[in-house]
Formats: sequence, structure tokens, C-alpha cells
Amino acid sequence: MHRYILRRLIYVIPMLLGISSLSFFIMQLAPGDALTTMALSPDVTEEIMEAMRARFWLDQPPYKQFFRWITQLLRGDMGHSFLWHAPVTWVIKQRVFNSMLLTVVSLIVAWALAIPIGIHSAVNQYSWSDKLLTFFAFIGVSIPNWFLGLLLLYLNLTRGWGLPIGGMTSIDFAEFTFWEKAVDLARHMVLPVIVLSTGTLASLMRYMRSNLLDVLRQDYVTTARAKGLAERVVIYKHAVRNAINPLITIFGFQLGGILGGASLTEIVMNWPGIGSLMLNAVQGQDYYLVMGNLVIGAIMLIIGNLTADLLLAASDPRIRYE
Amino acid sequence: MAKTNLENNQAEFGGNGGALRSPWKMAWRKLRRHRLALAGMWVLIFLHIFAIFADFFAPYSEVTTDRRRTYHPPTKIHIFHEGKLVRPFVYAYNRVDTLRNIYEEDTSTMYPIRFFVRGDKYNFLGIESDLRLFGVDAPAKIYLFGADRYGRDIFSRLAYGGRRSLFIGIIGLVISMSIGLIYGGVSGYFGGWVDNIMMRIAEIIISIPSFYLLLALSAVLPPNIPSDTRFMLITAILGFIGWAGLARVIRGMVLSIAKSEFVAGAEAIGASQPRIIIRHILPNTMSYVIVNATLSIPGFILSESGLSFIGVGIQHPVASWGNMLSEALNLSSLTRYPWLLVPGFFIFITVLCYSFFGDGVRDALDPRSRTV
Repeated sequence: MHRYILRRLIYVIPMLLGISSLSFFIMQLAPGDALTTMALSPDVTEEIMEAMRARFWLDQPPYKQFFRWITQLLRGDMGHSFLWHAPVTWVIKQRVFNSMLLTVVSLIVAWALAIPIGIHSAVNQYSWSDKLLTFFAFIGVSIPNWFLGLLLLYLNLTRGWGLPIGGMTSIDFAEFTFWEKAVDLARHMVLPVIVLSTGTLASLMRYMRSNLLDVLRQDYVTTARAKGLAERVVIYKHAVRNAINPLITIFGFQLGGILGGASLTEIVMNWPGIGSLMLNAVQGQDYYLVMGNLVIGAIMLIIGNLTADLLLAASDPRIRYE
Repeated sequence: MAKTNLENNQAEFGGNGGALRSPWKMAWRKLRRHRLALAGMWVLIFLHIFAIFADFFAPYSEVTTDRRRTYHPPTKIHIFHEGKLVRPFVYAYNRVDTLRNIYEEDTSTMYPIRFFVRGDKYNFLGIESDLRLFGVDAPAKIYLFGADRYGRDIFSRLAYGGRRSLFIGIIGLVISMSIGLIYGGVSGYFGGWVDNIMMRIAEIIISIPSFYLLLALSAVLPPNIPSDTRFMLITAILGFIGWAGLARVIRGMVLSIAKSEFVAGAEAIGASQPRIIIRHILPNTMSYVIVNATLSIPGFILSESGLSFIGVGIQHPVASWGNMLSEALNLSSLTRYPWLLVPGFFIFITVLCYSFFGDGVRDALDPRSRTV
């Protein structure tokens, strides 16, 4: 097991190298360079531009820039953000936590609701509540989450729900006590979490339902019932445990999917995460920030997949990674 | 009795003359029994026709602006006049509050809705015309779903925007399918170090969150290119991002097919390698590919509308369902002019229909799969 983890981690290194090369290559295709926007400013003289170009090696051929970027990256330095006038690593570090918070809370909400709902649907197959839930699941899967965000914002504003309409904290956040801070943050999270967890919840409860239905048809469930066990024991002790296992593979997939999907939600809900940062970087032609974001996004996706593999191994004794 | 039994058997197994029904016909029969899938299919067909013949269905062109009708609310269609049923008509609207764009009906004149009227000129596949399905006489205007900031008709823009939003899914899919099939086919057939290198490259693309990659690639597009070129480039980018996941699955399938006897047979009679891959191996992955295709079209549609929504995809003044919604990002417009949200429902319904249809196709083509 340890050897497997180690091998997976070593395997990540060439992958990251490939990802960073691809990021660099894409940015080379872009018109202009990192300083183009700066050059438009009337205050910036030709001499300053020359000095800046020399400082950031932009007067050098692309392959030299590439090696400089890669060597810096290995030292944990992702270059300079021209939009924020700060190192890219610092800018991203500010945002990664926010994105992780939103993603993790949404996943917890989605899983905590999806499993019981899925069980209920499977146990009461074809009942009116199952049909209603199926209907909602189809809607939840099909509605674009940024559109759901707009709808919720609209309802929030016109129906007087009184929830905050963007950002992560109130203006006077710094003066709050700990509990007030927690409540304020939670209130800001309500809408983004609903938006982000809806799609996950909808697909997950359908998976749970169909997995459990499959398991309930197995012979050992019949055996358990024949032994005279209570139906509750049959379902929760025998069937549900086996039905949850395959869902763990979906977990890693979701972690990756939600990372990409979260960016639109972050933008609509004005959540200060790496998704909205990425959009700002792209619009402001802040090339180092874009490249840094691509690499960080990929690292988070890889960690997600690895976590899912390890969880699967931990939960299912039949799976052994060598 | 015996004869009817025989006929039944024929109907069940082979149709006329006892010739076996082709797998495609059997799949179609199964699909026809799936009511939701069929309903989804019809709605999709309708939406696509609506988009293709946008010039005819839309009362105005997508770029017709009207500065005096900024954020015009949806026009009410009346069928009663002084208590009597009359043919549908509308009233002209007066802007009573220029600042907040509040309109009132001017009930002095009735403007009946006319069909097959002459409207804005258009050129459809080389045919110059100005025939439009419906319209009202000037100075009244008919805005079924209201108007946007420039007084453009949202209903008309929905029709024209469908041309990009709906077809980007299909074109993008064709691109990513072709790359994915060839790439996966070659990788799986050759195996060994070729396979190793090709799969590592595909994995790099899979490991970057696709939306980030999309954003970065859209930054590459030069800002001042014609809208048609931009549409093609966005489509190409979407296709370029989607292929890797498919390639990986196809490669796995090809690996197992490549070991089968008929491939060895084809090699023995001296078929060339491209021929073996394209003629013998890839057709065996078809049912998977078709199921995957119908289920992945919504992804393309969502990506395009998402990109256009945040302003890096299809750009104004050309319409797409995504960029029509970007005005709703302004919260005061959103609360005052809720009809701006209409394109979102169109995206939602399209995606919903594709998932119904995709479910049906999967059930029809893959007997092992279950409906999730």
C-alpha cells in the first residue's frame, strides 16, 4: 500500500512537468505578452518597459523563458502577478482555502443528503415520493449551476430572503467576535453551497438508488431475510454498505468536476476563490497567474483522484494495490 | 393458429422473409418504447428546426436594436376586446419612466398579429428574403419574451442564438469524437511504448480542470476577429478539450478487441494497419461511442454557454444563449427585468431533453446498462 502511494506520487512529477509545459505553451500562443496591458498605460515610459522586460526575461527567446519558469516553479515560485503586484503563489494561497472550503462543505452537504434520499427511493421504489425525487433529480442534473445561482439570487432579492448576495464576509467582519464571524461566513455560504451541491446531490442519489436496488436483488439479501432478520437490519447492515462502495469512485471524479464547475458558481456568487481569480487573470492577461492557476488546479484534481483511489482501497478489502 | 404463431415469431425475430432484423432496427424499436426519450427527441428536433430557420421564426433580426425600447417587457397578447373574442392583437407600449424603463400599454389602437409578414431582410443559404412567420404593424412591436438593454427582441435572439448554442455541441462532439477514436484506436492497437507515451499525453489533458483549460485557451484568441471565426475557434477549443477522456476508454476497448481472431485474420490476409484499425476494430466500439456521444453533447452546450456567459466565449452583438444571460449578472437588471433569464430555461430544457434521450439510447444500445 505504501509502495503504491509512493509510486503514484512519483508518477505525479512528470505529469506536472507536462502540465506546466502545456500551460506555458498555451500562454505563448496568446497575443502580446504579460506586459502588453501595462504598455497601454500613458505613465509607463519606453525605458520602464525595457527594464521590466529585462527583469522578467521577456526579451529572451521562449525556450529560455520556459526554463526559467520551470526552475522557479521547482523552487515553489510561480512568478509575479502584474494584476495584483504580488507573487503568484501569495495570490493563489489567499484563494485556495476559500475554494476548498466551498467545495468541501458542498460535497459534505450533497453526500449527507444523497445517501439517505437514495436509500429511501430504493426501498420505496415506484412510490410517489420516489417518483417525485426522480423528477427533482433530473432537474438538478440538467440545470446549469450558474443559472441556478442566478435564479436563487433573483429569488433572494425579490422574495426578501435577506441572505447576502455575494462575497464571503461582511464589511465589518474584522470587528466581529468568533461566533459572529462563524454565523456571518455561514450566511454567505448558504447560496453558493446550495448551487454547488445540487448537481452532485441529484446524480449521487440516483447512483445510490440504483446501486441499492441491485444489491437488494442479491442472494445474500434473500438469505438475510430468510433468517428472519428485521428489514431494517437487512437494509442498513447488509445492503447499504455494499451499495455505498462503488460510490467512492465517483467521489474523486466529483472532486475534479466540482473544481471546474465551481469556477462559474464562484463568479456568479462573487465568491473569492481560485475560479474567479482565474477569470480575472485571463481577462487581465496576467499570464503568470493563469499558468499558476492551471498548475494548482491540476494538482488539486490529482490529489482528488488519489484520495478516491485510497478511500476505495480502505473501504473494500478486495482491492489491493501493488 | 399455427400461422399466427409463425407470424408472431417473425415479428419478434426477423420481420419479413425471416431475414434477421439489423441491430440498429432493434435498437430503434427499443428506443421507441422509451416515452421520455422520445419526448426529449421531439423537443430537441423542434428546437433545432427553430434555430436553423431562425430567420423565418424570429420576427426581427438578432442585431435589430431599438433605443426607445430598452428593457421592453414581454408584450401582452390580447384575445378579448370589449368582452368579445377577437383575433390575437397587441397594443403599442409607451415608455412612461425613461430612467427605470417602465412601460404602459397604449390602448387606443389595436395591432393584430399578422402571419407571413415582410420583416427584416435576411440571407439564408443564398436565398434573399424578408418573409417572417409573424409580426405586427409599426409602430407597435411584438416582444414575446421582452427586450434587452439595446431593445433587441429576446425571442428572436433565442432563435439565432440557438444556431451557436445548439450546434456547438454537435460540431464540438464530432471534433472530439474523431480525435478520440483515432487516438485511442492507434494507442490501443500498437500498445507498448507508443501506447505508453500517447496515454501519458492524454492524461495530462485530463488532469487539468477542463474549465480552467477552456478559460486559458479562450485568452489565446485575438480580441478583434470576426464573429464566425470566433465561433469556429471556440468550437475547436471545446472539441480539443473533450477528446482525451474518450480516447482512454476507446484505447481500453481496442486493447481487448485487438486480441480477437478476426483481427488476426485480417492481419493474415495482409490488410494494412490503418485499414485494420478503421474497418475492423473501431466499428466494434460504435455502440459505446454513440451512447457516450448523446450523453456528452450537453457538456459542450454547458461549456459554451458558461464561457459566453462570463464574456469570454461568443461575443456581442452576435447572440448565444450564454451571452444573452450575461446581462443578468448585473443584479439590479436581474431584479427589474426578470425576463432576461429566459435563455437559461432554454439551456436547461435542452440539457434535460438530451439526458432523457441519452438515457433511452443507452438502454436501447447497451443491454447490460441500467437506467441510473
